[in-house]
Amino acid sequence: MGIRVIKAGLLTTVQDLGRTGFQSQGFGVSGVMDVRSFKLANLLLDNPENEAVLEFTLIGPTLEFTSDTIIAITGGDFSPKINEAPVTMYQAIYVNKGDVLELGSSATGSRGYIAFSSYLDIPMVMGSRSTNLKSGVGGFNGRKLQKDDYLYFRVKRRYIPFFLSRKLQINEFKEQEIQLRVVPGPQDQLFTAAGKKTFYKSSYTVTSDFDRMGCRLDGPYIAAKTTSDIISDGIAFGSIQVPSHGKPIILLADRQTTGGYGKIATVISADLPKLVQCKTGDKVRFKEVTVEEAQLLLREEVKEMDQYRRQIHHPCREVLDCRLTAKRLERMMR
Amino acid sequence: MADIQFSPVGDSSVLLEFGHDISEETNAKITAFSKALKSMPTAGIIDQVPAFCSLLINYDPRLVTYATLVKKMKELSKTASQAAGAMGRVFEIPVCYDGECGPDLENIAKLSGLSAEEVIKIHSEPEYLIYMLGFMPGFPYLGGLDERIHVPRLEDPRLKIPQGSVGIGGAQTGIYPLESPGGWQLLGRTPVKTYEALRKPPILFEAGDYIKFVPITKEMFDKIENDAGYKCQVRRKEV
Repeated sequence: MGIRVIKAGLLTTVQDLGRTGFQSQGFGVSGVMDVRSFKLANLLLDNPENEAVLEFTLIGPTLEFTSDTIIAITGGDFSPKINEAPVTMYQAIYVNKGDVLELGSSATGSRGYIAFSSYLDIPMVMGSRSTNLKSGVGGFNGRKLQKDDYLYFRVKRRYIPFFLSRKLQINEFKEQEIQLRVVPGPQDQLFTAAGKKTFYKSSYTVTSDFDRMGCRLDGPYIAAKTTSDIISDGIAFGSIQVPSHGKPIILLADRQTTGGYGKIATVISADLPKLVQCKTGDKVRFKEVTVEEAQLLLREEVKEMDQYRRQIHHPCREVLDCRLTAKRLERMMR
Repeated sequence: MADIQFSPVGDSSVLLEFGHDISEETNAKITAFSKALKSMPTAGIIDQVPAFCSLLINYDPRLVTYATLVKKMKELSKTASQAAGAMGRVFEIPVCYDGECGPDLENIAKLSGLSAEEVIKIHSEPEYLIYMLGFMPGFPYLGGLDERIHVPRLEDPRLKIPQGSVGIGGAQTGIYPLESPGGWQLLGRTPVKTYEALRKPPILFEAGDYIKFVPITKEMFDKIENDAGYKCQVRRKEV
């Protein structure tokens, strides 16, 4: 009644939107890196918005299903196959008992997600199912998945309405040069005018120092007026800190709660998925926006999600066609 | 509490700065504001991160805009004041300073020109204010370590420090809530688990609480360590 891990992949963990409410006591949030792909995976299956999924990185896992269920795969393109036949991403897929799902290495993007209609049976720890790797808490035994791990399902849910309509035409994360919109601050005053200009006008390269905790960029030196050290304060998802070496580090899902380096700007939520799906060597540019613009973009994303939800809740053409034919036949038989 | 500075941190957080120094006064303002905010549930607020002189508030911008939230926080700052005679919690943390529990005690004594007994006495005398928690779950940043026992960090940090170790690093003292690498000089160890993921609450103390170290023997240490139901003493004091 679940899944068996045949190959674990590079870094496969159980994640949801993260563990909030304990940051004041030094406990990090964790949670999925790419919130958008995560939400789309759950949306495709009518799962609760914060239902736990598997997140995998660069090389995906191979999983054997020991019961029927419905899954959806989103994020970067990991060329998924079931029993060696390719399957489509961003679509509800019915999986039979004994099927083997194999995920390769990512052709585009760097992180993928699998949502399950039968929900993973992972205990809630401090209000979340997310794996906090640093503290060894939450998720599957507080660690990344290994060969022969067995994850149970919580419920039997093998039917969802409008099954054939549950597909979306989404193909993101192809670009190797991205623009990230940022809200300046909270410590941009620590940097010289020239330093800020460098930051906004230059192209930075994603280094191999890129994990769930943060992404280190290489590129032109960002000059601080005196020092960029500050009295430690709280860190947000997407905070861009610039230590004295003058190169930006963007803090991500597994960030510490507080830090002592000045933060020149913060990546807006709508652009974080683009960043976390980057690969080593990709180029990044920054563009300044206001907090109002950033919040407007998020509201638009909510509308977009609603639009997708409506789209997958319509009978699809194939089904409608059958119904029309049946109606005509019925008339003829009368 | 009129002089709070607000700045946006991306689209889902706001930073409230209460001052630019590490002082008990600034910290008390943050604690008072944070408590007031907790007692007045506001739509959209997800989490708070109090630090030495600031408070980061995470919120859901789908439920509240930046401008509206700042307006609400400004109103709250007018009413949230440090109530005179407010009570603070003092956690009495038993610490064994003997031999293997405090491998650097002799070294600390040598560096500060004191006897081991004097170091223990000086260290366990004050009630240390918890300015903030960070670095790892439940790691307290304590203020008020006596200057006589300020000692530098180890040149060669240890790869593994046992859970509950009490150490000194420069002008700071603290407790390691989990086994971890670290460079502080260790003078003792507490059998009290300050952090346990499955306990309620998982982390014993909050910013604004106090810690008082109470010296115990190794026998007592073993007894407490094997007593699953042990709860450390919590006193109230006026602040």
